[in-house]
Amino acid sequence: MYQYDQYDHLIVRERIAQYRDQVQRRLSGELTEEEFLPLRLQNGLYMQRHAYMLRIAVPYGLLSSAQMRMFAHIARKYDRGYGHFTTRQNIQFNWIELEQTPDILADLASVEMHAIQTSGNCIRNVTSDEFAGVAADEIIDPRPYAEVLRQWSTFHPEFIALPRKFKVAINGALEDRAAIAIHDIGLTVVKNDAGEIGFKVMVGGGMGRTPIIGTTIREFLPREHLLTYTEAIMRVYNQYGRRDNKYKARIKILLKAIGAEEFARQVEEEWADLKGTEETLTLEEMERVIAYFQPHPYEQLEAIDPRAGHEDNKAFANWLSRNVKPHKQAGYAAVILSLKKTGVPPGDATAEQMDFMAELADRYSFGELRVTHEQNIVLADVKQSQLFDLWKEIKAHGLATPNIGLLTDIICCPGGDFCSLANAKSIPISAAIAERFDHLDFLHDIGDIELNISGCINACGHHHVGNIGVLGVDKDGSEWYQVSIGGAQGNATAIGKIIGPSFSAHQMPEVIDRLLQVYLRERTPDEKFVDTVQRLGIAPFKEHVYATPINEPGRLVGEDEYA
Amino acid sequence: MPNQIIKGQEIVNDDWTVLRLEEGQEPATVEIAAGKVIVPLTVWQAQKEALAARAEIGVWLQSDERPEELKGELDKFSVVAVNFPKFTDGRGYSIAYNLRMRLGYTGELRAIGDVLRDQLFQMKRTGFDAYAPRPDRSIEDALKGLTVFSETYQASVDDKLPLFRRHARTAGAREHNDVGAGI
Repeated sequence: MYQYDQYDHLIVRERIAQYRDQVQRRLSGELTEEEFLPLRLQNGLYMQRHAYMLRIAVPYGLLSSAQMRMFAHIARKYDRGYGHFTTRQNIQFNWIELEQTPDILADLASVEMHAIQTSGNCIRNVTSDEFAGVAADEIIDPRPYAEVLRQWSTFHPEFIALPRKFKVAINGALEDRAAIAIHDIGLTVVKNDAGEIGFKVMVGGGMGRTPIIGTTIREFLPREHLLTYTEAIMRVYNQYGRRDNKYKARIKILLKAIGAEEFARQVEEEWADLKGTEETLTLEEMERVIAYFQPHPYEQLEAIDPRAGHEDNKAFANWLSRNVKPHKQAGYAAVILSLKKTGVPPGDATAEQMDFMAELADRYSFGELRVTHEQNIVLADVKQSQLFDLWKEIKAHGLATPNIGLLTDIICCPGGDFCSLANAKSIPISAAIAERFDHLDFLHDIGDIELNISGCINACGHHHVGNIGVLGVDKDGSEWYQVSIGGAQGNATAIGKIIGPSFSAHQMPEVIDRLLQVYLRERTPDEKFVDTVQRLGIAPFKEHVYATPINEPGRLVGEDEYA
Repeated sequence: MPNQIIKGQEIVNDDWTVLRLEEGQEPATVEIAAGKVIVPLTVWQAQKEALAARAEIGVWLQSDERPEELKGELDKFSVVAVNFPKFTDGRGYSIAYNLRMRLGYTGELRAIGDVLRDQLFQMKRTGFDAYAPRPDRSIEDALKGLTVFSETYQASVDDKLPLFRRHARTAGAREHNDVGAGI
């Protein structure tokens, strides 16, 4: 993984000094809260419902064991013993004192970490594929380019006060595991006929109030132009993006307003002056960064069947089938540690679990871990021969729930329990659904399905692209949940369709059950839930869900008008 | 006490006046006092002939105005200013960049309006060389905002070379030697 050199260290050190001074000026009253707000946001510090929340950057989700141990340390020393991994592949802590934040940053810097641009109206942490570097379908490892973009966007003087937050995702494989179509900029590595590496550039995807799938504005951008072309996009957006209404300030709205063709034309015009300038990447710089992401020193192994010798162990087989993914190196596998155990908020990990995961990384996976945008943790380089031992160990720590990609592998934002933006709680909904369907045989029978829950329209829980999406809405001070189906992420990204009037919290498990009943009745062999929805449309699902009232005292299904 | 601004890295007295149109005032008819005045772009455009004849005149742009409007005229101004109506409005940085990089303006480029200490570093980077901090704040404190970082990653107006071209950066040595493949 990338390692800081003297310049990275210097910049982060100077940042801490700057931020420490800003905090002091805030505490002395020299800075008003209004003035401090964008400064602290650019450092990942939010004021939440109960306390400050600090979001720490995990560039493209890649972590060393030392960095994971630092999270455990922060959880213990400054928080309440746990942290929350997010859909942006970051981690956030919910109970932070403002006065302590500079010290936390200093602790983070000791393991080459920071909280720069994890929030605010600037270019955010660049996200990528959690299987980057090990996936068999990879064209090229996207992480060096994510790192180049990270450095370029860090304190970019021109793009520090954009109309809105700005998110970039980069994918290097045939299959999109970085959800690029729902980002402001989505980059996919491609090779042209001459074998040169470049990027297909998508712009204007995003969720929130107006979910839109990104549009490709350039089929092939040679990789050396990555920074200048991104700069051209950013300059057009910075100048012309709306600033009068925060919900209309995203680049997707600009793209929609002027049309993708016109937007692309403006970018190309801007780029004409930038192409070939000094910001163009050099071969030396690319090689320097790529050198940090070389494959690990794998042993030459034969592929084996990890089940051998454990044929009767159904629990192990379940885990292998759901939580273990293929690896491009023979004899190795990628393992997903599930943070979706029933009873635990999705993405939460305790300090003990973090220490334990760090130790596992050291013993099983070259000291590295990855955070997934589905809020799980990956050990990417585990020997197949060690899978059984690893499984036994993680079972004891609540990290072996064999539910990756299943109904209970829920993407869920912190919602109304923590977030001051939320209209409704999301964690209890997720918990109630997980409890209702806490039956492995049934879950495995349902198979691949993505259930995504957001506590508000900002869509941190990616509800728009869930096969089943749940959105918390507020109606006259009470919490309701709107359900959509047919959304999907990946190569066939789709925005889900709302099935009808919304539901109370108590009705949600039954609603999910009814949706599944239709699926089980209608599916063809090997058909996934989302494919059944896309084949049949929402009508049969809608009909069944609303056919009879869902019992709850005083309320009937779908009695409000949210649709 | 005379008005003070930051010019380069120093606090200096400033004898320019910034004209801001008040309600009811029209760009074409507003009266412009004698002396050094920085007028709004709309006023410059409406009264170009008279203003161009003056010895020293400046113009300022609102954050939603286009610097290209001044194409071919920039050598007439001793000062071009960019207004920050709100410190969170970042359009002024791109305006400055374009004035310097695309339009080739080399004179004084001044940040006016909601100018606070914590913006000065990025203002300097995008091409400003003069700053009029908000009058309710200490100008001495604001000066400290210019020297926050001693290194930066990316190129901008102040330094056309990104870090990777300014310095030889060497990859951290790994423990094994299979480096080289994979491009």
